[in-house]
Amino acid sequence: MFIHPEEIMETIQMISSMNLDIRTVTMGINLRDCAHPDIETFNDNIHEKMTRCASKLVDVADEVEQMYGIPIINKRISVTPIATIAETFTQEEIVSIARTLDRAANEIGVDFIGGFTALVHKGMTDGDRRLINAIPEALAVTEKVCSSVNVATTKAGINMNAVNLMGKVIKETADLTRDREGIGCAKLVVFANAPEDNPFMAGAFHGVGEADCVINVGVSGPGVVNSAIRDLDNPDLGEIAECIKKTAFKITRMGEMTGREVSRRLEADFGVVDLSLAPTPEVGDSVAAILEAMGLESCGTHGTTAALALLNDAVKKGGAMASSSVGGLSGAFIPVSEDAGMIEAVKRGSLKLDKLEAMTSVCSVGLDMIAVPGDTSSYTISAIMADEMAIGMINRKTTAVRIIPAPGKKTGDMVEYGGLLGSCPVMPVHKFSSEEFVKKAGRIPAPIQALTN
Amino acid sequence: MTSTRFVITVIGIDKVGIVAHITNVLAQFEVNIVDISQTIMEDLFTMIMLTESKEKGFDLDAFQNAINAAGDELGVEIQVQKDDVFRFMHRI
Repeated sequence: MFIHPEEIMETIQMISSMNLDIRTVTMGINLRDCAHPDIETFNDNIHEKMTRCASKLVDVADEVEQMYGIPIINKRISVTPIATIAETFTQEEIVSIARTLDRAANEIGVDFIGGFTALVHKGMTDGDRRLINAIPEALAVTEKVCSSVNVATTKAGINMNAVNLMGKVIKETADLTRDREGIGCAKLVVFANAPEDNPFMAGAFHGVGEADCVINVGVSGPGVVNSAIRDLDNPDLGEIAECIKKTAFKITRMGEMTGREVSRRLEADFGVVDLSLAPTPEVGDSVAAILEAMGLESCGTHGTTAALALLNDAVKKGGAMASSSVGGLSGAFIPVSEDAGMIEAVKRGSLKLDKLEAMTSVCSVGLDMIAVPGDTSSYTISAIMADEMAIGMINRKTTAVRIIPAPGKKTGDMVEYGGLLGSCPVMPVHKFSSEEFVKKAGRIPAPIQALTN
Repeated sequence: MTSTRFVITVIGIDKVGIVAHITNVLAQFEVNIVDISQTIMEDLFTMIMLTESKEKGFDLDAFQNAINAAGDELGVEIQVQKDDVFRFMHRI
């Protein structure tokens, strides 16, 4: 088959000057067969299984990267939610599991490992509670372990006991990592309707409905979409949507091809392509910049939610055509600290927490990588979480909160995390109390949308 | 490996000897040229080659290193990528 020179040049340009990349190749590993009543044997089993399944992951990803000339930025592992297999252990023993995960991740050479997770959307077991209580220490004593807690679903409603508890856990996590500006919170995410095949951290875990060993791929290319839109000559919004669709198709094809090759070489099942637009702190790789390319003066101003809705939907339409295994979160991510355009918008004063919350009703995840003042109360954090969970529950979509009460910082200060996590200005929260509401706890019942059978 | 075809692209400032230098590296590795096109776009020299290696256990790593070294010498950017990329990405 003839390959047109224009197509060749386009592909090369996308990679070299528009930051097109495979954001992550994530191997999901089932750890249920590691269960054992003795903690040491349990830890040994986990270590053995992880190193056995993933020993070649990094090498194979590097080979495929070289062969196709497409950068693969992160190699990661997700495991079975630890709470589901560590029910009998004490809090201290559960922390030792986090250490085991971290040690194995270091040996394998992956960037992050997700799955220090509890699913408590309807209620909490004692084991779930111990795992959640172990999160602050686990995230403080490990480098690569990421944690997530699912506190709400459309089918079950919102577990406000868990939301209340997570507010405190986030505060404690920030406090235990205060020497690094509360970076522990960047590795902790609270979910509604968490997807089980998501390759993006910090929310990745290997769902209970998955096969033993699975490769999921996350593609990303805000820079490519951005420059495609900017190349259009005075387009209307329909033409912009069309352009995003075509671009998303190409990006997703690349992810599908890479994922299948990696899984073939590792003899693992191929799971999903998560066709997300995930920004990086690099200039030109920003979702906010795409929204601004549609004609908004600054991200966060009136019209931003509509522009994001258009973008998110077009990305899904283009990607759905390109792969039959679309899954995960799939859509546009709007993390503040990881997106140069978002950071600028916050600094300019055009983007505030309330607008971000509105935007999350049409984006792929939710309030992501947001820094708030260090003295924000746990109740306020829980209330922010509850709002976000409600959006997810009512709209049958995934939403999440990854928020950092930056220790010792005030509104307008900057926090720096480096690398993909970036930096961000501390954003103000409402000064009125939510304490009474959050303290009432209990469960917000499942909405009428749950009755679909 | 399903196919041993590679697309080689060369982009850089035009000068004498680019094609000679690069095809010399191909010959050393017994890589055959299936198709070749070359244009000057806005002062930029661009060359696209579809190449093929019939050798079993072709050492892509060594080949890419040799090609990159040639690119550095010539002051041009060279990419070697398996042809699947272009096929898969743009076509249904």
